[in-house]
Amino acid sequence: MVPDRISREVVIDAPPDRVWAIVTDPRHVARWFSDEAEIDLRPGGAMVLTWQGHGTYRGRVEAVDPPRRFAFRWLRREDNEPGDGTSTLVEFVLAAEGSGTRLRVVESGFQRLAWPEEDKARYAGENADGWVHELNQLRDYAARLGGAPESS
Amino acid sequence: MTGEGEEADQLWAAIADPTRQQLLDLLLTSGDATATALARDLPITRQGIAKHLAVLQRAGLVEATRTGREVRFTVREDRLDQATRRMAQILSRWDARLAAIKRIAETEP
Repeated sequence: MVPDRISREVVIDAPPDRVWAIVTDPRHVARWFSDEAEIDLRPGGAMVLTWQGHGTYRGRVEAVDPPRRFAFRWLRREDNEPGDGTSTLVEFVLAAEGSGTRLRVVESGFQRLAWPEEDKARYAGENADGWVHELNQLRDYAARLGGAPESS
Repeated sequence: MTGEGEEADQLWAAIADPTRQQLLDLLLTSGDATATALARDLPITRQGIAKHLAVLQRAGLVEATRTGREVRFTVREDRLDQATRRMAQILSRWDARLAAIKRIAETEP
């Protein structure tokens, strides 16, 4: 129905090094993503993304593996710390294809967004206490439903 | 990124859970059902069902109607459509961003 992750990809007629620079250099990021961008390009590094008319959103670099993988947590609300329940994870994966690059983006973690803390605690307790025996069945059912399909 | 987006994120958060997807599937198939009836069809306690229904209800995805001592739940399909549209919007934004990356990579020195 609605997956917890989405995935899109594109084939680009430019080598991975070139695509890597465009995906990670704040001067480029400020053109294809936000209106202004600051990126401290190392794991744990801070990101500040500004959209005119919408505000400033923080992020945190999670993975830097040039020119193959770049991942960051992207906060869904203004002025918050990038945590598991308040941000989604955006991952870029680059693969050489002929003389070009296949660029894939995966955004995940929607399921955990916007949960009041009280609910999260109850939900976690419920999982631990009552659901352990049913987990396999749930997993099978989710697999039959299609789980988290890749959309590309 | 907007207020509207945040509300839609909440919708999505409520839906993007396998158990709640099963609940929505069952409700869509049956039209309406009580928590007790839903608990018969899923490997979860009635209490667990009630908690998931509460999340769906708060997101506006299901509605509860009380008749005497019975509470029956139905899906609000307009809200479900809204969640689906939100997903389409997020996908099309990524398509636009990837297209912009491609254009910059291929056309600039």
